[in-house]
Amino acid sequence: MGQKTALYDRHCTAGARLVDFGGWDMPIQYTSLIEEHNAVRQHAGVFDVSHMTIVDVTGDDAEPWLRWMLANDVARLGQPGQALYTAMLNDTGGVIDDLIVYRLRNGYRLVVNCATREKDLAWLQGHIESHQATLTERPELAILAVQGPKALKIVDDILRSRGEPELADAVQSLKPFTAAENDQWLVARTGYTGENGVEIILPESQAPELWDALLEAGVRPIGLGARDTLRLEAGMNLYGHEMDESVSPLSANMGWTIALKPEDRDFVGRSAVALHADQLTDGSLPVLAGLVMTERGVLREGMRVVCTLEDGSTADGITTSGTFSPTLKHAIALARIPTGTTQCAVEIRGKLLPVRTVKPGFVRHGKQIFD
Amino acid sequence: MSDFPDELKYAATHEWVRVEEDGSVTIGISDHAQELLGDIVFIELPEEGATVSAKDEMSVVESVKAASDIYAPISGEVIAVNEDLTDAPETVNADPYGEGWICRILPSNPAELEELLDANTYAGMCE
Repeated sequence: MGQKTALYDRHCTAGARLVDFGGWDMPIQYTSLIEEHNAVRQHAGVFDVSHMTIVDVTGDDAEPWLRWMLANDVARLGQPGQALYTAMLNDTGGVIDDLIVYRLRNGYRLVVNCATREKDLAWLQGHIESHQATLTERPELAILAVQGPKALKIVDDILRSRGEPELADAVQSLKPFTAAENDQWLVARTGYTGENGVEIILPESQAPELWDALLEAGVRPIGLGARDTLRLEAGMNLYGHEMDESVSPLSANMGWTIALKPEDRDFVGRSAVALHADQLTDGSLPVLAGLVMTERGVLREGMRVVCTLEDGSTADGITTSGTFSPTLKHAIALARIPTGTTQCAVEIRGKLLPVRTVKPGFVRHGKQIFD
Repeated sequence: MSDFPDELKYAATHEWVRVEEDGSVTIGISDHAQELLGDIVFIELPEEGATVSAKDEMSVVESVKAASDIYAPISGEVIAVNEDLTDAPETVNADPYGEGWICRILPSNPAELEELLDANTYAGMCE
């Protein structure tokens, strides 16, 4: 048996099928993946993501140290309550992990992937050296993501009925990638679905009560299966699929998260990723694309993509994630393909099927976003 | 809990077989298999008139999560396929032993039926 979140009993009660996920017993689905997916696109769903690792960073050097450790620049977080998405790179510019960093009233909070917890902690700890920075893992906190067009209103109502009007006001006025903090709660306008919503970090002792209130308000529990189809429709990366330590963030559509300015800020992996930027310009670095297939069949991770280049030659790319899109009702995928690709076909069971390439990202706010 | 009708025979690869009065057999995938796959979104049906050998891949069922090969539980000629599944693959989830049948085969070696599992044995295997 794996580790259990504070909501394990709730998952069982809700009829979840549980799977091992990075050492945790997590719900893969409750009723039907497609029903859960559609609930988030059309109404609201709640995900227990308490298996993710929370690390708080405090100390006088927290800011300069994180400016060195992370490829995005935490100096952009002008005040407490702001957040950004970033890569943590190794010395060769490969991606050790992707994470969200929140600026809190007292220091910073990192939310990193559960599958990479040990190497992340070792990497971070190993780079503190003489910096006045302290890492504190927060396993006693739970994380509930509430996502969907009705999510903000429902969370607002629940916070008000719990006697938290200030936090409720804050939720309604939060812009994307900002958060409100109150005692042990952090309510952030972040998510992994392409819908409006919040991620709520709270003491795990209070998580079951919030879960119950959400379900009572008509929010559906959503398993990891639909979490994956939702994030893929939104064109969001999943660590270990779109990127890992062997992949440049520039080949994973993460160029926008690499803060090369100011130029005098050094960060781990900077010189390597600057080289990747040159390779991207000269066309020798592959890029991440979205693939759309309206033929019958489903794109899956690891399929060969035969790419026709501008000069008529062909080269191989590879799908990094693929699924049937419940919203679009056909197959979609993310794929790493050569720069300058003009046409693509994917090999499925020995047959080459034509696909269209689009920017990574297929669905936002319930609607198709590519032409 | 999955349903394992007594009157059917089963392959270890999760297909079911029903012997019809005319000696042909109807084939589908078990309730257990459709539960494991989850929402089915696409089925590549075998070709009518094709000759298949027992244990050959004859069809593919794709759910949102995974693709799964369907193996011929018995050798013979494919004499009918369930074309309705092309537009409504989810029927396999809703009614795996009824409207969700996949094809009918005229067995070339009916003795192969003896090698299939009865409901109890198959159910035990799925536990």
